[in-house]
Amino acid sequence: MSVTNEPLILNMATDPNRPAKACGKHLVEPGSKIRVMDLNFYYGNIQALHGVSLGIEANRITALIGPSGCGKSTFLRTLNRMHETVRHTRVEGKILLDNENTLAMDVSILRRRVGMVFQKSNPFPKSIFDNVAYGLRVNGTRRRAELEDAVEKSLRRAALWEEVKDNLHKSAYALSGGQQQRLCIARALAVDPEVLLLDEPCSALDPIATAKIEELLFELKKQWTIVIVTHNMQQAARVADYTGFFLLGRLIEFNKTDVIFKTPARKETEDYITGRFG
Amino acid sequence: MTRRTVWRKTVNTVMLSLTGLCTLATACVLFFILGYLVWHGARAINWDFLTKLPKPVGEAGGGMANAIVGSAKLLLLASLTGVPIGFLGGVYLAEFGGRTFSFLVRYITDLLNGVPSIVMGIFAYTMVVLPMKHFSTLAGGLALGVMMIPIAVRSTEESLRIVPHTLREGAQALGASKWKAVATVVVPAAVRGIVTGIMLDLARVAGETAPLLFTAFNNRFWSPGWNQPTASLPVMIFTYAIAPYEDWHRQAWAAGLVLLSLVFLANVTARFVLGRKLSSAAG
Repeated sequence: MSVTNEPLILNMATDPNRPAKACGKHLVEPGSKIRVMDLNFYYGNIQALHGVSLGIEANRITALIGPSGCGKSTFLRTLNRMHETVRHTRVEGKILLDNENTLAMDVSILRRRVGMVFQKSNPFPKSIFDNVAYGLRVNGTRRRAELEDAVEKSLRRAALWEEVKDNLHKSAYALSGGQQQRLCIARALAVDPEVLLLDEPCSALDPIATAKIEELLFELKKQWTIVIVTHNMQQAARVADYTGFFLLGRLIEFNKTDVIFKTPARKETEDYITGRFG
Repeated sequence: MTRRTVWRKTVNTVMLSLTGLCTLATACVLFFILGYLVWHGARAINWDFLTKLPKPVGEAGGGMANAIVGSAKLLLLASLTGVPIGFLGGVYLAEFGGRTFSFLVRYITDLLNGVPSIVMGIFAYTMVVLPMKHFSTLAGGLALGVMMIPIAVRSTEESLRIVPHTLREGAQALGASKWKAVATVVVPAAVRGIVTGIMLDLARVAGETAPLLFTAFNNRFWSPGWNQPTASLPVMIFTYAIAPYEDWHRQAWAAGLVLLSLVFLANVTARFVLGRKLSSAAG
């Protein structure tokens, strides 16, 4: 993939009534892990994303917030092309993962590099071990010892090892909701992805399980690039380094998290964050 | 209590009793038939019945060993043809089919399910018996196999459809192709429903008589291989029950009990094998 290394300058927030420092242009840095440029997305004839551009930094947590139906989940799913599992969807624009065009990549290689955890935990009806080993087996690992190593490593990374190490061969359905979600994280980590996408991973969890997952995210970002969609603004403020605000299929504002929460450049962002709508 | 509350409570009680009564009626009919069959069958059944060939007309005794083996062979052949086609067709409809095409296939499958079994018999007669110029186990097995397809398709499809979409997504998000996701996650998640459906299907065709009358025909002797007319339990029951001999009526009851036991045995075996496979997959 030949791609220019010039920074792509985008007019993100040009409200003349706002103070200059938060106004201006957002750069999609050439060094970003993922660079999304002018992304349009369609469900049939309905356009769900309009010209979205942003850069996702390596080893940082990027949160995407916005009201329901704003396109944040749709956007997340384009990053590993999960949108292709839905019929009649279409993407325009460019998504680059380390300068490689993801839209032209082999989809199973892309999904191995960009893992995903879903809103509702979705363990397979198999044992804990087989759940974590699934991705490795699909990608051709057969040796038992190798699988065992990888399963233990992934469960440790997902902070679940201590709780399940004696029950690896029990059904994954025996776990609690929070444990199931961490199992899904372990399963995603097992194939050694570079980026981890999380689609509202805590929306079905109680505050204690949520805190555990958030703690985990801090650990994980040392090694992985994380993008998280969340309904919960406090969660974005707590965990994210960068935050993007979506509204009606557009990326309204994208910046460092404290800028978004303390001095947002756009009126819409401020209204949403202060709870005036959404 | 207001009149309204009284009314609501009355309706509630009436409806509850009504559903309960109907359940009871269903169970009673079922147990009555089963009990009656076991009562008459068990008195008539003996070792000779299971191991001997039918005696010539007019002689008492003998058995239906050939019909028991014949039925088993017919059902085996029916399963070998009907189940793979029905199962894979159901997988296609649930996982891969486009909307219009699936609708069409589903509609035709339902029609096929409604075709009277005797018509299936004529079909197999025309397609297999006439070209081969003789009745055979093969023709009977194929007739039953075709009859199995609609239910196998629909029960597979329905069982797969209730598997949550999130499981398919989860597998594909780990780099599995669509087919791989279906084969390793979706089908295992639905396997109980699929097997139950296929077992019901098998039980249904096990008792079919009409399609066998002019395909497998009947035989008072052993039928080696797949190429000769064969006896089968339903056809034997039919023949024996309308005959004017007391001893034949007795044997017809025994045959009914054996047929029921065969189906039951197949069912239990399938569940046992499945249960072991599931627990070994999980441990």
